[in-house]
Parts: sequence; C-alpha cells; structure tokens
Amino acid sequence: MAVSSAAVQPRPSILSRSLSLLADSRNALGFGFMLPAAALLLVFLTYPLGLGVWLGFTDARIGRPGIFIGTENYQYLWDDAVFWLSVFNTLLYTISASILKFALGLWLALILNQNLPFKSFFRAIVLLPWVVPTVLSAIAFWWIYDSQFSILSWALMEMGLIDHRINFLGDPENARASVIAANVWRGIPFVAITLLAGLQTIPQSLYEAATLDGASRWQLFRFVTLPLLTPIIAITMTFSVLFTFTDFQLIYVLTRGGPVNATHLMATLSFQRGISGGQLGEGAAIAVAMIPFLLAAILFSYFGLQRRKWQQGGGD
Amino acid sequence: MATTKKTKRPELDEGGMGYLQSLPRRVVTVYLPLLVFVIVLLFPFYWMTITAVKPNLEMTDYANFNPFWVVHPTLEHIRYLLFDTSYPGWLLNTIIISTAATFLSLLAAVFAAYAIERLRFSGARQVGLAVFLAYLVPPSILFIPLSVMVFNLGLYDTPFALILTYPTFLVPFCTWLLMGYFRSIPFELEECALIDGASRWQILTKIVLPLSVPGLISAGIFAFTLSWNEFIYALTFIQSSENKTVPVGVLTELVRSDVYEWGALMAGALIGSLPVVVLYSFFVEHYVSSMTGAVKE
Repeated sequence: MAVSSAAVQPRPSILSRSLSLLADSRNALGFGFMLPAAALLLVFLTYPLGLGVWLGFTDARIGRPGIFIGTENYQYLWDDAVFWLSVFNTLLYTISASILKFALGLWLALILNQNLPFKSFFRAIVLLPWVVPTVLSAIAFWWIYDSQFSILSWALMEMGLIDHRINFLGDPENARASVIAANVWRGIPFVAITLLAGLQTIPQSLYEAATLDGASRWQLFRFVTLPLLTPIIAITMTFSVLFTFTDFQLIYVLTRGGPVNATHLMATLSFQRGISGGQLGEGAAIAVAMIPFLLAAILFSYFGLQRRKWQQGGGD
Repeated sequence: MATTKKTKRPELDEGGMGYLQSLPRRVVTVYLPLLVFVIVLLFPFYWMTITAVKPNLEMTDYANFNPFWVVHPTLEHIRYLLFDTSYPGWLLNTIIISTAATFLSLLAAVFAAYAIERLRFSGARQVGLAVFLAYLVPPSILFIPLSVMVFNLGLYDTPFALILTYPTFLVPFCTWLLMGYFRSIPFELEECALIDGASRWQILTKIVLPLSVPGLISAGIFAFTLSWNEFIYALTFIQSSENKTVPVGVLTELVRSDVYEWGALMAGALIGSLPVVVLYSFFVEHYVSSMTGAVKE
C-alpha cells in the first residue's frame, strides 16, 4: 500500500512540474501563443510569396503545374512593349497620384486643424470615401465618367466651358487623368486624417513663440509645422505609395487597362495574363517584378524614418 | 486611446492664436476650401444615391430633367436588385466571410500581440518587425500563387478560400494595432497578478483583454471593413454566382455586355456600402484611432 503510493506519487508531480516549467518559460509560452498567427502567415503569406517567385521561373498554366524554364518569362517580358508600358503607367500613376494626395491631403489636414465648428463631424464626413468599398465607389465614378451621360460633361457644357462631351475613359490621356483623379479622391481622406493626428500633437506654444519672434504664416508652416510633421509624413506617404503602386481594383472597374493598354498597371496586367489569360507563370513574373519597386519604397522610407532620431535629439 | 487623449489637448487653449485672424480672411482660407473639399468628397455618394432612385426615363433625358435632382423617385431599381438578382445572397456571403475572417484574425492577433509585447520571448523584436513587414506585402503580388494553393487545397469557389486568405492582411494589421494597446497597459498590473498566483492565461483573459476592449473594437471593425472591401482575392478565388461577395457580384453579374443597368448598379453600390458606413458612423473615434495608430506606431 505504502510502496505503491510512493511509486505513483512522483509521476504526476513531474508532469505538473514540467507543465508549470513550460508555462513559466517565456520561450515555450511565447511559441505557443505565436502559433496560430505564425501558422496562418507562414502558410498563406510566406509560402505563397516563395511559390510566386518559383512560378515566375516556370511555364505553369491554369490546370497544369508547369516546369522550370529559367528566366524565359523575364526575357519575354523584357522585349514586351506592353509590359514596359505598364511599368511606365504604374510609375506615372503612383507618382502623380501620391503628389496630389499629399498636397491636397496636407491642405485639408491644415484646414481641419483650425478651430472649426462641428470639427469632429467634418472629420467623420471627410473619411467616408476611404471607408466605402473601393469597387463600389469606383462604380460610381464609372457612371460619373460615362461617355454619354457624364454629369461632369453636362455640368461643364451647361456652364459653357466646353462645347462637346469629354470622352473620359475612351481617350488614353483622359483615361489616365480620370483614374488618377478617382484614386486621389479615395486617397485624400487617409492622408488628411493621419496628418491631422500628427498636427494635433504639435504644441500651440511653439506657434506662439515663433509668432512673438516675428515669423510669418509661411515661416510658421515651413519651420515649425513641417519639421515636426516629417516623421508622420514619411510613414503616411510610404503606405500611400505602396497601396497606390499595387492598386488593382480601381483600374479593373474603370478601364480594365484600356484604351490600348494606356492605363494598364502592373497588377492589372499580371491579373490579365495570369488569371484571365491562364499564363500563371508569366503573371507571377510580372507580380515578382513589382517587388524591387516596393522594396525601394520601403527602404527609402526606412532611411527617412532614421533621420527622425537625430532630428528630435535621439529617442522618442 | 492615445489619439483621443491627444485630440483633447489643443482644445484646452481655445484654438491658440485663432483670434488673430479676421473673419473675411478665415472665410477665404478655411471655410471656402473646406466647402469645396466636402462637396468634391461627397459628390459621388450623392450621385450614387440620386441615381439609385431615379427612373430610367429621367436618367438619360438631361434636356427635360435636371440631372442633379429626381422628379419621380422610384424604388424599382432596389426592388429589382433585391428580388430579381442574387444580391441578397452576396450580402449574406460577405457578412459570413467578413465575420469569420475577422474573428479568426483577432484570435490569432491577440495571442501574437501579447506574446510579442509582454512575454518578450527571445527574438520577440524580430518577430514584431516581421509582422510589420508582412503587413506591407500587397495582395496584388500574392493572388496568383494563392490561387494555385487554393486550387490544390480544394478550396476553390468555397467561402473558406477567402476566410483563410483574408487573415494574410488582417493578422499583421491587428497584431500591430494590438501591440500598441498592450504596450499602454502598465506592467505593474500584471506583476501584481503574477504575485497573487495568476497564470499567464488568467492575466491575459482577466486583466489585459478587459483593459484593451477599445483596441479590440478598433481592430475588429477595421478588420471587418477591410474584408468587406476586399476585391482581388474574391474575384480570383470565387467563380459561381451564388458564392460571390458584394463587390465582385455587383461588378461581374450586374454589368451585362452592353446594357448598363445604372440604376441597379448604383443601388447595389449604395446598399453594399451601407453596412460599413453604419458601422463606421457608430465607431468613428475607434476607426480614426486605429487608422492613425497603425501609422504612428
């Protein structure tokens, strides 16, 4: 009796001890807690990222695994005028939309930072374009840009500013301007609201001190607002540039890349070749070709953020 | 949380030097530009709404009817949308998929954020950075390999294809946001609980989570909106009409070759936007704080 109980007792104690050891160990517990997120991200993000790079080196099609063909896809794309046009379009789209979004967003943020009546109401209203599903607001723009019944053409004609309807999406130059305008419309709120949050952290006393020193309104902006806002501008614009560069929805709804590929972005071309055309390998190669641009943007902003440490005298 | 505190502060000194500006100057530099901004930003919604209730006759006859107004409003487009198309099914799909993806992502993100921020296991900083980098990976470069995976896993054309792939952008975002919230909870609270003999699990469920409810709401509604708005995965992984989500369904099923049903399209866009707009209007503060919080951290 006594012997058996003595023999049994140590076993649960070892088990519970090792369990409590496990619970106390940061690494074991940390591993357990990280498991769900890590599993999801490794399986559905890291692995596809690698698979995408691999697919770029194969001639895979929909329903056929494909074999390794080296850099053939990239060689083909190198000589493909449509691909280079899409690169040009993507850069044009990203750069012009980002500049406009930044300028108008900053302007709106400065306005909203004034002492306004119904300030929070305006802030809520202004963010609406960003909340609504892009595809659905893009459909509204599609109707606004309609070649026959465009409300913009009608209004401008009524005002006597133009004498014939504008072909918003049918003409290459107009189509580029139209999709950029729609993208800017959707992007302004994000830039404005994040910059507004940054503006609100700048103490009023700095402005008062600068005013006492005789600073003009432009100098207040240039030497107080802008330097203190730089870190948040850098990160906001990084996000904005990344999302604009990889945009797909707006183009897909408004033009599907047309007219004559004038608005094809790399993402839409990748979809057209990879999914609609079934050339998975080539589509993946186009998507992979976006990665260097994205890395460049991230590194640019990373070093932009590094600057803030010495700007603000080290640390946060 | 941090943002609401910060927004309160400038109001203490009553607009700072605002009194130095004369009224005419304020009208030109503030109110007029603001009015233009608001009109431009809201016009597409007005146009969407007015088109959704406009009879087809008025919609194309600009000579006799002012297009900015509607003379005989009709619910015909909305009736057509709700009873003659698969729209209600798409709405239901979108609700189910968004809710499931949001819960899955929040669950994973809570554990991950707590582990990175508070357990501080070896390499926690690097993992935190990796999560941030994962947020920067855009769906546009993942959809082709993911479509191959989805097909091989037998998930093609099922809601699970979307429920399992949406976390790729939701988990990094939620984790990053929740890390910021957990950081604002004092260490002392956890230390007290540890001394009182609480386990890590008890600390998480009884102390940290109740204190970070605002953060959970922010992350939750933001994740829900992101999945509601998602397009490229839903377009690629779903084929049959009855499994589509609202954005894909409206674009691919309501647009028929050459006859554009503008009224029904606008009604579809309007009704598809309403749930997120209503959600947004209830939680504006959470929304703004999650947006700015994610950027600021």
